[in-house]
Amino acid sequence: MEKIKCIFENKVLTVRIIGDIDHHSARGVREKIDYIIFDKKPILVLLDLSAVEFMDSSGLGLILGRYTISKDIGADFKIIRPSSNVKRILDLAGIDRLMKIEGDDNNEAC
Amino acid sequence: MRHAKNQMKLYLPSLSINEGLARNAVAMFIAQINPTIEEISDIKCAVSEAVTNSIVHGYKYSQGIVYIGVKYFSDRTIVIEIKDKGCGIENIEQAMTPLFTTDTSGERSGMGFAVMQTFMDKLDVISKIGSGVRVVMTKKLK
Repeated sequence: MEKIKCIFENKVLTVRIIGDIDHHSARGVREKIDYIIFDKKPILVLLDLSAVEFMDSSGLGLILGRYTISKDIGADFKIIRPSSNVKRILDLAGIDRLMKIEGDDNNEAC
Repeated sequence: MRHAKNQMKLYLPSLSINEGLARNAVAMFIAQINPTIEEISDIKCAVSEAVTNSIVHGYKYSQGIVYIGVKYFSDRTIVIEIKDKGCGIENIEQAMTPLFTTDTSGERSGMGFAVMQTFMDKLDVISKIGSGVRVVMTKKLK
């Protein structure tokens, strides 16, 4: 079962998604993240994907939606530590042209 | 006509909870011929896209059956067929265009067919309005 863990520190919200992201799980994850973004009003949202083993194009929709919401409230948005499986689908969609992707899972940057 | 070395069939109700079951069942079947981790990941993704399309677009969340058939051959070619008896696709070319989606919620990326195309070697989409969609994907493993 997918879940999320959040850390809010110095107006930076780090959201760590744990589990697979597909059409089925995306809805619950989306609702939880949006609630926290609107509640905390961060200046930076970091989406930590290091604990996501599987993601399909529903995950792309999820990321793009959260990116838009963050921009709407004036927050910056970054993806951190995608696993190699996740990185390949991010590359396929050219997500890096829209937002920053930092720290591949195999070189612990964060 | 060559014979498949092994094959499986899986019929699932069009419930979103079955998306994970579908891709993992196919992955476990393919594991019999020792694919690379990358190949397994590609196949899981492609299956997930096709099954999600059937549930979201084919049946539009109404009840139906998603048919999944997988075969592998002695030359390590895998053929995956995913079929539904939903509403069908009006314009296949348009549906396959990256970023195109009929969804209005802004939560669908419109990348489903692009993922299938990129992660598999060959993709065929056959559809008749009102009678459903048949997606046939082929990939030759290393």
